[in-house]
Amino acid sequence: MTLIHRSWQGVLALLLCIAALPFLPLLLAEAASPFSTGSTALILLLLIGSALLSFLALPARLLAGILFLGAHLSGWLLLSGLSGNEGMASASFFLLLGAGWLLAWRCASGLSAIHPRSRIEGSILRLLIPGIFGLWILILWEAATRGFGIPFILLPPPSAIGLRIAGSLSILWADVQQTIFKAVVFGYVVGCAAGFVTAILADRIAFLRRGLMPIGNLMSALPIVGVAPIMVMWFGFDWQSKAAVVIIMTFFPMLVNTVAGLSAAGTMERDLMRSYASGYGQTLLKLRLPAAMPFIFNALKINSTLALIGAIVAEFFGTPIVGMGFRISTEIGRMNVDMVWAEIAVAALAGSVFYGIVALAERLTTFWHPSNR
Amino acid sequence: MEKERLVRDRILPVAAIVLIIILVWYAGAFFMNAPFQRDLDRRANVTSTTSEFIAKTMAQPKPVLPAPHQVMQNLFENTFLRSLSSNRSLVYHSWVTLSSTAVGFAAGTLLGMLIAIGIVHIKTLDRSLMPWIIASQMVPVLAVAPMVIVVLGAINITGLIPKAFISTYLSFFPVAVGMVKGLRSPELLQLDLMRTYNATAAQTFWKLRLPASIPFLFASMKVAIAASLVGAIVGELPTGAVAGLGSKLLAGSYYSQTIDMWAALIAGSILAALLVTVVDLIGRTVNRSMGGRSA
Repeated sequence: MTLIHRSWQGVLALLLCIAALPFLPLLLAEAASPFSTGSTALILLLLIGSALLSFLALPARLLAGILFLGAHLSGWLLLSGLSGNEGMASASFFLLLGAGWLLAWRCASGLSAIHPRSRIEGSILRLLIPGIFGLWILILWEAATRGFGIPFILLPPPSAIGLRIAGSLSILWADVQQTIFKAVVFGYVVGCAAGFVTAILADRIAFLRRGLMPIGNLMSALPIVGVAPIMVMWFGFDWQSKAAVVIIMTFFPMLVNTVAGLSAAGTMERDLMRSYASGYGQTLLKLRLPAAMPFIFNALKINSTLALIGAIVAEFFGTPIVGMGFRISTEIGRMNVDMVWAEIAVAALAGSVFYGIVALAERLTTFWHPSNR
Repeated sequence: MEKERLVRDRILPVAAIVLIIILVWYAGAFFMNAPFQRDLDRRANVTSTTSEFIAKTMAQPKPVLPAPHQVMQNLFENTFLRSLSSNRSLVYHSWVTLSSTAVGFAAGTLLGMLIAIGIVHIKTLDRSLMPWIIASQMVPVLAVAPMVIVVLGAINITGLIPKAFISTYLSFFPVAVGMVKGLRSPELLQLDLMRTYNATAAQTFWKLRLPASIPFLFASMKVAIAASLVGAIVGELPTGAVAGLGSKLLAGSYYSQTIDMWAALIAGSILAALLVTVVDLIGRTVNRSMGGRSA
């Protein structure tokens, strides 16, 4: 019982290793280049060894390091043995991979129990734990597609997508320039600025606020992407129509959040400003806008994803022969699924970078806010 | 007194803004349709008075921007005057979209709740899964929609399921995040009380955490159902789908049937407003029956 308590993943991993033994070898008999006995033994040794070590009361960092090496070395050995033998993996292959995954889980749970000694260690841990999770999603994805021989069209293995990205950097870069640097950035800046200015106006004129807010709240629930075909019809195929969609999509979140943020300053602070005899403009600039910053940045973050979605979807309705949405819709028609996945990966990366920049700007401007200290 | 304030502070401003929007819309319809109408008149050698000319810009069959009354007329005809099985009936198209929205929303809510429960109870999941859930929303999912549909179509999964899949992906995130917040909302004091009662983790979950999370759940479900509707509509765009509001939009854009497009857009908006209202009403009812104070 104490063994299970200390590392149930280790117990399960051992059981999986034992279960894999009768199904050896790792590949079916017809495989072109089977695993050598030596590497099979090495994989088993790595897995069983690190599973057994996980029962010992070793220092947490040492144990996590050992498990990390054991799980990932064996995973790498298993995957590299697959090349040339697609679709030939036997049951023992997946059982051993499962054992490796359990050990990686044990490693991650060991890491999340560690109290970081320094700030650097803390941020390394914050990256490492989700990193292991992501890595194993890729490993399992790769193993599943190549081990079972899943048709390429259905789901290409990540390695093929990676190769595709490396091989068509110039096309991808041209698409990013067209979609992001022209449509998204322009639309995002104009849409957010328009939303912000309207919010200030609505704040100044109570009648406007009362009329606009219910409509703004309603609009945020509506499928605004649907205006994409209309915008393409009005503004033509080039990036201007995409920017128009982005403007409409980003306007309302900015409006609603800014108006909410402008009422965030407390009565006490406002009374203080009044006792200083400061006018509307001074109160706005020195008290209420800074207090609204967290809300405004929330809108900027929401909008960063919305802008990307709006621009890409708008490209489905007609584009010049460049752009991320164009690439996705044409390559899917030609069944070049790896190119589509490459484009998706780039879009995800661009979205994350975009979000990251906004988050960084938020850190720098709202350093005083409790959630950042 | 109460009623008077409702009119003055709520209805009057909203009505005024809506009126302004409609006026701007009419003006826009005139200015955007005028060049084409002028062209038509010149070719037919017709000279029309200003009022005739304005009336003509509001009655084109394929205007650049249809006037509000054209859209409303189209909406009314296609909603109430067509038989429900007709290809032109907006009720039929809305129903197709609604069914995949509902399936996707149900699946997404369930998935989101499960993820939230896992994250709250297993520390490793919290540390390793949470960043990826946030990152998953960085993928412009709607952009993946055509691929999901084509790929699933390649293995003979067509119709409702692929669209529902996109709705699921879009709706699980707000539910998961809101539910995590909700399950963590009980204060330390209340959790300590459960501990003094010697409650098991399951009892704490069912009697404290879950009830505490219900308001959060419904707030995020409102976001989720709007997102799943968007997912379903966009999911209908690339398939060459035959039915649904999205395919209506696409067909409209192919054949320049602008009035149809606007009508489909408005129908989608009405559907979204209805769905959010329904979720809101259910949330209020549940909240009240659980003894919560109305917020």
